[in-house]
Amino acid sequence: MATATYTGTDKPNYLNWKTTVASWLLTYDHKRIGILYLVTISIFFALGGLAAAMIRMELATPKGDLLTSDVYNKMFTAHGVIMIFLFLIPSIPAVFGNFALPLMIGARDVAFPRLNLLSWYFFTAGALCVLVALFRGGIDTGWTFYTPYSSSFAKGEVSLAIVGIFLAGFASIFTGINFLVTIHKMRAPGMTWFRLPLFVWAMYATSLIQVLGTPVVAITLLLVAVERSFRIGIFDPNLGGDPILYQHLFWFYSHPAVYIMILPAMGVISEVISAFSKRRVFGYHFVAFSSLAIAIIGFLVWGHHMFSTGQSMYAGIVFSFLTWIVAIPSAIKTFNWMATIWKGRVHWETPMLYALGFMGLFVIGGLTGLHLAAMATNVHLTDTYFIVAHFHYVMVGGGIMGYLAALHFWWPKMTGRMYPEGWGKLAALLVFVGFNLTFFPQFILGYMGMPRRYHSYPEEWAVLNVLSTAGSSVLGLGYLLPLIYLTWSLKYGKVVTERNPWGARGLEWELVDTPPDPHNFERTPIVTRPAYDYNHPEEPTGFVPKPRPVVVGGKDG
Amino acid sequence: MWNFPLVPPTASKEGADISLLYWAITTLAIVFGSIVLFGVIYLAVRYRADNNAVDRSNATDSDLRIELAWTLIPLVLALVIFGWATKLYADIYAPREGYYEVFVIGKQWMWHCQHPNGARENNVLTLPAGRLVKASIISQDVIHAFSIPAFRIKRDAVPGRYNAMYFTPTKPGEYHLFCTEYCGTKHSEMIGKVVVLPEEEFQKWLEKNAPGAVAATTTTTSAAGGGTLTLAQQGEQTFKALGCNACHLNPNSAVKVPDITKTWGSEIKLADGSTVKGDEAYIRESILNPGAKIHAGYQNLMPPYQGQVSEEQLIQLITYIKSLAGAGEGGK
Repeated sequence: MATATYTGTDKPNYLNWKTTVASWLLTYDHKRIGILYLVTISIFFALGGLAAAMIRMELATPKGDLLTSDVYNKMFTAHGVIMIFLFLIPSIPAVFGNFALPLMIGARDVAFPRLNLLSWYFFTAGALCVLVALFRGGIDTGWTFYTPYSSSFAKGEVSLAIVGIFLAGFASIFTGINFLVTIHKMRAPGMTWFRLPLFVWAMYATSLIQVLGTPVVAITLLLVAVERSFRIGIFDPNLGGDPILYQHLFWFYSHPAVYIMILPAMGVISEVISAFSKRRVFGYHFVAFSSLAIAIIGFLVWGHHMFSTGQSMYAGIVFSFLTWIVAIPSAIKTFNWMATIWKGRVHWETPMLYALGFMGLFVIGGLTGLHLAAMATNVHLTDTYFIVAHFHYVMVGGGIMGYLAALHFWWPKMTGRMYPEGWGKLAALLVFVGFNLTFFPQFILGYMGMPRRYHSYPEEWAVLNVLSTAGSSVLGLGYLLPLIYLTWSLKYGKVVTERNPWGARGLEWELVDTPPDPHNFERTPIVTRPAYDYNHPEEPTGFVPKPRPVVVGGKDG
Repeated sequence: MWNFPLVPPTASKEGADISLLYWAITTLAIVFGSIVLFGVIYLAVRYRADNNAVDRSNATDSDLRIELAWTLIPLVLALVIFGWATKLYADIYAPREGYYEVFVIGKQWMWHCQHPNGARENNVLTLPAGRLVKASIISQDVIHAFSIPAFRIKRDAVPGRYNAMYFTPTKPGEYHLFCTEYCGTKHSEMIGKVVVLPEEEFQKWLEKNAPGAVAATTTTTSAAGGGTLTLAQQGEQTFKALGCNACHLNPNSAVKVPDITKTWGSEIKLADGSTVKGDEAYIRESILNPGAKIHAGYQNLMPPYQGQVSEEQLIQLITYIKSLAGAGEGGK
């Protein structure tokens, strides 16, 4: 195979060179593992979305009349657990990180391909545990599992759900370790740190959080299960424990986890804005280091979830200060993206629409974070719909817009088929409008004091809630469309054989076939140019060296 | 349909200050948000690929001065607002003096409130307008949160610890009271109202409800005490009922015990050499688990009362011990 040259569609690619079920379930190919993850998490996105639909339908009227309180509580718990642990956290890293990261740095796979496959199995096993817990009556702890409610009061299969999250957490750790080592050790010759695409920088920062933070939440949740099962006092004050300790440990991971969800999306946005503005990302170093700054400072702000718990005021002041500081790198990124569009050649295609939508929604999410960084306003707004709106703007408006941008951007490379552009644009518009209609009214409700996780609410908030529910149906349609037209395009979409349908820069576009060869590159490429070098369209970013006649199939073949 | 508010009522002094901060941050957010939103749309339209009429020369991709500008300007603004918000928070939530104190106990799924004169209420909290109020909040089961949006404040009700919250109601009226920390099945029914009365009406209300009489909206009252007693007097009864007076405050006591008339508000030396402040948390812990912090010079002879005293009784006992130290209404 080392002597093969590119001959168009005749050559086998990673999708069709083997097609048995075993060839998928036992694959070590990072690209196929990315696809496995894509299929798996799409199912959970749909399930989490169904739970959200039930919540919004219930809240269309002030009275709790559609569901019972218990079912409602189980719905928002299912929505949170599924969307966070089984969709958002794996989403971009496990799908597009797996698929694209080795291609982008000129590697033939990740550093530990077996561990990579094990990650998917751990994730799937964990997800099945959660599903069994949900189908055997569900749990009503909220995704936060606050003690002592979760450890001493809640009924249902809480421990099983926790085991599921524990397993999924290890899947996330495996992915993080893999990417860290891959980025350190497997960059192609010439791919220096400051030639890395910014998506890779973002994945590096994300992986740091996954590796350092996830063990803490995994152990913390396991302690909840231990307290539940064996009545060993850790968090329940009646057993001599401290319920606030739980919150410290939980948010030590779960605040950085927000950055696990948003940093990869920021990486995608850097790629997409650059590719569709045909400009090098403005302020490359600032964008790269702001990812690291977010990852590091993000570990030191967890206490801002706890201003109303009665934690020490001095601790609160430090957490508030660091929260204001962590806002700055996000601002830097946003301004640099704007400057990237400036004097570019902007192509209004679907991935770019999602990227522009990301900027609109993420900015609102970020700026409403300021109300929450300020202690005096935080206490009024915490645990109200203001918080619900804020984190949906960041994690859905930011995270899922980035995910959809990535999905459309890399879809032709992954599948060899183009999605239908008109439908793509329509869906992007529906998602943007539906999202704002759903969540903007919730800021107003939250400022008025409407508590989150309420099954019924006072009459005077009905109008805004009806708006929100109406918006959620538009949003639901916006999410349903890609599911339909992307599936359709697998069979009927325009066939893409050219390597670089977007005219983008980067090894995965310039040197990798569409769909990629099972081994990515015929031999390890050599990188000669910085990332996003749109100013020199005639100079490729790198090249694959010609075969050396003697070592056909040899050590790097 | 016509009842369609977009902002909550503002009914406390602190609420007005917090509202001002809220709108200041909102203004800042609107300014920056507009710059980004309209900036992105403007740039993406102006520099669309098929528009060749625009100048694309000198399109630099890095500029240290501009990076510093959009780093430092937001940073300075952030620090200004941080300072304002932190000062305001400290003014509101740091311990204050000269208050009217109410005790709040959260339980699945109701709020139980106790006034110093012995009046009790469930899911209603009646307060005087124009006076500083301290709410001491605790839970007897899971974590709840005591939230009054019209005052822009809330505090978690945590089992095993008293959280204090200070506020000054200003406008008489009825306001929402919510539990905002998810606490189980009927979380959304753990609601009530805060009734703010003008001072004279509040005094009348207190007198009417003082003699241990059950307030109109109350459903159950099970705690010990009652009768025509104030909270401190109820505490004295509980003190005797539990047999505390066998040793404490008994000049003929067979065992040597710390003088609890000096506990409240003092710095207490402990056997391990450290000191602790004689506050609600210390008194509570010393009743439930006396071995946790032992007075210097004493042995731990007292049995733990964990599980034998209700949260209501603990509040009575604390109020009683406070009254022994001569601490009346409003702290020292």
